[in-house]
Amino acid sequence: MAERLVKIYPPFERFWHWGQVLLVIVMTFTGFRLYGIHEWIPYDQAVLVHTYAALLLMLLWIFAIFWHFTTGTWKHYMPTSNGLFQVMRFYSYGIFKGEKHPYRKAYWRKHNPLQAMAYLALKLAIFPTIWITGIAYLTYRLWEPAAGSGFWIEIVGNLHVLAAFGILSFIVMHLYLMTTGHSIWKHVRPMFTGYDDIVLSPEEEAYLEADEPHRIKPAE
Amino acid sequence: MISKHSLFAVGLTLALAGAGAALAQETTAPPGDSSGSTVDHSKLEALQKDFATGPEVTAACLSCHTEAAAQVKESIHWSWDYEHPETGQDLGKNNVVNSYCVAVAANEPRCTSCHVGYGWDDMNQPPPASETAVDCLVCHDKTDTYAKIPAGAGKPFGKEIKEGAKTNMGTPAQPVDLMKVAQSVGQPDRDNCGNCHFYGGGGDNVKHGDLSSAMHNPTEDVDIHMASDGLNFTCNECHVSDKHQWHGSRYNVTAKDTAGAPLPGQRHDVATCESCHDTEPHDSLTLIGFKLNSHRDKIACQTCHIPEYAKGGVPTKTVWDWSTAGKKNDEGKPFKVAGYETAGGKKKPTYDSMKGDFQWGEDLQPEYFWFDGQVEYANAEREIDPSGVVEVNMISGSQDDEKSRIWPFKVMRGKQPYDTERNRLLYPHLFGPGSDTAYWGKWDWDKAFEAGAAASGTEYSGSYDFVSTEMYWPITHMVAPSKDAVQCEECHKENGRLANIAGIHIPGANPMGPGGKLGALILLLTLGGVVIHAIMRFFGRKNMKEQ
Repeated sequence: MAERLVKIYPPFERFWHWGQVLLVIVMTFTGFRLYGIHEWIPYDQAVLVHTYAALLLMLLWIFAIFWHFTTGTWKHYMPTSNGLFQVMRFYSYGIFKGEKHPYRKAYWRKHNPLQAMAYLALKLAIFPTIWITGIAYLTYRLWEPAAGSGFWIEIVGNLHVLAAFGILSFIVMHLYLMTTGHSIWKHVRPMFTGYDDIVLSPEEEAYLEADEPHRIKPAE
Repeated sequence: MISKHSLFAVGLTLALAGAGAALAQETTAPPGDSSGSTVDHSKLEALQKDFATGPEVTAACLSCHTEAAAQVKESIHWSWDYEHPETGQDLGKNNVVNSYCVAVAANEPRCTSCHVGYGWDDMNQPPPASETAVDCLVCHDKTDTYAKIPAGAGKPFGKEIKEGAKTNMGTPAQPVDLMKVAQSVGQPDRDNCGNCHFYGGGGDNVKHGDLSSAMHNPTEDVDIHMASDGLNFTCNECHVSDKHQWHGSRYNVTAKDTAGAPLPGQRHDVATCESCHDTEPHDSLTLIGFKLNSHRDKIACQTCHIPEYAKGGVPTKTVWDWSTAGKKNDEGKPFKVAGYETAGGKKKPTYDSMKGDFQWGEDLQPEYFWFDGQVEYANAEREIDPSGVVEVNMISGSQDDEKSRIWPFKVMRGKQPYDTERNRLLYPHLFGPGSDTAYWGKWDWDKAFEAGAAASGTEYSGSYDFVSTEMYWPITHMVAPSKDAVQCEECHKENGRLANIAGIHIPGANPMGPGGKLGALILLLTLGGVVIHAIMRFFGRKNMKEQ
């Protein structure tokens, strides 16, 4: 068993990640302006920026969804109970005792079971909620003549804000968990370089060396 | 010999005189000339006459304009009578009550000085039958000298003016030369309409709030359409007429025009914003324009584009409390108190023994309500509920019907008399010099109500009191330049302009609704959990080091 630097975040995934970071920050800021939490920029500017950022983000998501399915990356997010308990035990107990993280990242499975579930919930529940309600908001004029539209726009607005707070809560957890490793840099680095330290079995190492040499950095 | 100096002086004088003449020409050119008329009325033989009375002039007009009087007689300007097509209620000045001087009946000669005719002095009778009773000049005079005697039932001033006589506009009366006036006629301009409509309710801007003397020559800030230094619209530019019938009704308003502008080259026939600006007035290719166009479905144009009314330094009356009328000063005489001063230093009465207490306001923000264009009145046939505030006119409309939009209103508030036994608003006899019953002079409400009831064909039980009333006046004039339109955040915030309108979703108007509260709770729990987790890690590490 050897620990090697293996590329687990290809360029598109990194671009997707940092694109989302930027757009989500912009949309949270302008969204909270529209919701009335702050008044740091004029309302019409917030409408402009929020809407165009939303359109960009939806475009990015379309590419990301395509990417997930064409590359098979979606399989990383399949929920599993295998090892879930150990990870939960680690974060709620072992981490305070200085225990080692029970999960070993594989090059074909980059998330621990808890992490995979969290991302899956984000992608299947919170993100769709915010963009379905967001599109409903943008296109209100089309369905406004329908019966009960006054009631449904309230539901749409409240769900949209709820989902926004959900994303914000996710970001808080996401940032906090970066502090739980050896160093923050060690957690962030793969999202810049694409390479992370992965423990490989001799067979895996041999396979990568032989068939996907671009994914593995030469051993030091 | 002529010195150089005197030559220079002569030259300068000539130049100045020339400039002055040019200037005079520019400013005195009557707007009516723009109608492109092919007739110079001063050359017409029928008008070369020293007219003694208004009807004589009308007869001369009718010698060419044979159908004009018949057309005018079909109009609400003449009949003061309007049967509402939806509710069937009899409206028009002949029938409605208001919260100013209440009603016309019994006060005819004063009120009918703004009737478009001569000599209508009894509301129980239809207007005078004679065709020559139609007053052509009040609308078509271009000399700006024609004025009616305020208590003359439509009769104009003559060549002799009584000392101190004033016009309905509050200006000193001038002698009227009917021949000169008759020869000047042209299309109506702002002054022709304004001389009555700007002074409704007994004085400058008292009634409407958005129609005042400031509209004779408004700046663009006061009215972007009518600005004399801008588009210079006359009233008829929007209130288009056909055979002396005008578009634009306050009783049956087109609250939402879905037809929009006519096809190119066709005339527009309604006095709505959309009849010129069409139904998608903002640039749909920009995001904000698209958003504003979608506001149009439920928000009247006026709501954003008339952020304030009673502009241009002319205040409007906002409160009129009749219950305090009739006080006398130490000498036992009626008196006035001028307790309101505009920003420009104009004084306005806040108490008048004849009328009670007033309040005024200028540059006012309208109040907003759903409005489908239909208005009903608490006329004598309607029972009122005096336990609350009585609506003198009732506007209808709601979020759920297709005709309604949110409209701006001036809400006139006050107290006015009602019959405590019959629960009806009362019609006082106010005006009538020398009369035994007119309140202005006899100061006896009972007599005034008896006479008012008799004149209006209603009843008076003999007991009265004053009830709080409100009256709604849709605001549609004094459209501001687009730079001054209501900004998004004036409504999209807590307690914004539309805060009183229940049941509508305005993003930003309700920060921390249920979704926001639940979301914030989730965020706080997350933050709390993270902090506790971090503290526990800190102490865990400390324990390990100690061991």
